[in-house]
Amino acid sequence: MTTVNKKTEVIPTSHPVFAQRRSFRAASKYQELWQVLDQVCDPELPGLTLWDLGVLQDVQMQGEQINVVITLTYSGCPAVDAMTEDIISALTAAGYSEVKVDIALAPAWTTEMISPAGKAHLKTLNIAPPAHNDEVDCPVCGSHDTEVLSQFGSTACKAMYRCGNCLEIFDYFKNL
Amino acid sequence: MHSFSIAEQAPLFRFVLGLADDAVVLSHRLSEWCSNAPYLEEDIALSNVALDYIGRARMYYQYAAELEGKGRTEDDIAYLRNEREFTNLLIHELPKGDFAFTMVRQFLLDAFYILYLEKLLDSSDETVAAIAAKSIKETRYHLKRSEPWIRQLSEGTVESRDRLIRALDELKDFVGELFEMSEWEVELVADGIAVDRASLQADWDDYVQKFLAISDIEFGKSKLQIRGGRNGIHTEHLGHMLCEMQYLQRSYPAMQW
Repeated sequence: MTTVNKKTEVIPTSHPVFAQRRSFRAASKYQELWQVLDQVCDPELPGLTLWDLGVLQDVQMQGEQINVVITLTYSGCPAVDAMTEDIISALTAAGYSEVKVDIALAPAWTTEMISPAGKAHLKTLNIAPPAHNDEVDCPVCGSHDTEVLSQFGSTACKAMYRCGNCLEIFDYFKNL
Repeated sequence: MHSFSIAEQAPLFRFVLGLADDAVVLSHRLSEWCSNAPYLEEDIALSNVALDYIGRARMYYQYAAELEGKGRTEDDIAYLRNEREFTNLLIHELPKGDFAFTMVRQFLLDAFYILYLEKLLDSSDETVAAIAAKSIKETRYHLKRSEPWIRQLSEGTVESRDRLIRALDELKDFVGELFEMSEWEVELVADGIAVDRASLQADWDDYVQKFLAISDIEFGKSKLQIRGGRNGIHTEHLGHMLCEMQYLQRSYPAMQW
């Protein structure tokens, strides 16, 4: 008999850092802008929105101009240009022509800014979401029996792991 | 051609520029491993560490450009200055050498930056503190990789141990500069902006010596300390490196991707 350690979360919890982002967004006057930006995904993580990833920090309107604030995951993340372009084109398509995207240094991005939906989405891409103490569960079979193959993976934000149970090699989204 | 005399610049600009130059020069040395590392995972790892340092350099250069306020961009500063205008500490510019040399340098620098950035987090300059907050997390991760490599090299084969010892021997003359204060840093420490480098040396020595002692390696102090980077006096290697790093912008001015 094989035992598969499927961890189920009994009560879904949000990290306080994400809870703070969520209430900040909920208090914003510009709900329609946040919704437009919900279409914009990370260029390297298909279907994961910039909001869920924690990159999107703020959006405001001043007169005709839309000011978007994002924060970078890793300081050398090469996806920043693509993200900026995607934000501008999504807002332009929604009828907003003057868009400015600022990159904020503070607060420094942490994996705790990722939403619970974002973490769940990472699993569907076979990427293990950031884990406490780097105790990584296999995103395919859920086993705890995993080992690190390389501390760096296909992008700056990931490491490469192997599952001892199903032998799958997978990316792990590093804790930061 | 404008000429920018570094000696006339404000202390904060010179301070930020020094940190930017440290980061960009090291990132270039690391990036030289791309497609040359011993195996694929290491190739990817070194390139990613290089990327972290490029990101760090960009944040510092952008801030330096803003502080200067003369219309120069981050790229102008990185790509259109000559060797004598670079103010990086010399340890960053030494050629990548063999894999042991690269990893030993990285280990020594990771250990240094953990201590340094920890203090820089408290800088009274908000931008400097914010850059430190982003960088320190990356540096902690880098150390998690360079530590096991030091163990592996020193406890691996006779050859790997020899190479590690040779690297330490070469680098010991360049580590002293990490703890030396420029006049402008002294000024900025008084304002709570910069870090007193000299105060970090005892902790760094202690950590490095203890870590190497696990593998029965001694890291003695060298009386000869080669210095001059912060004042634009470099080893012969930096000029050659810049030839390659700046080639595109020099040959095709203002070219963009």
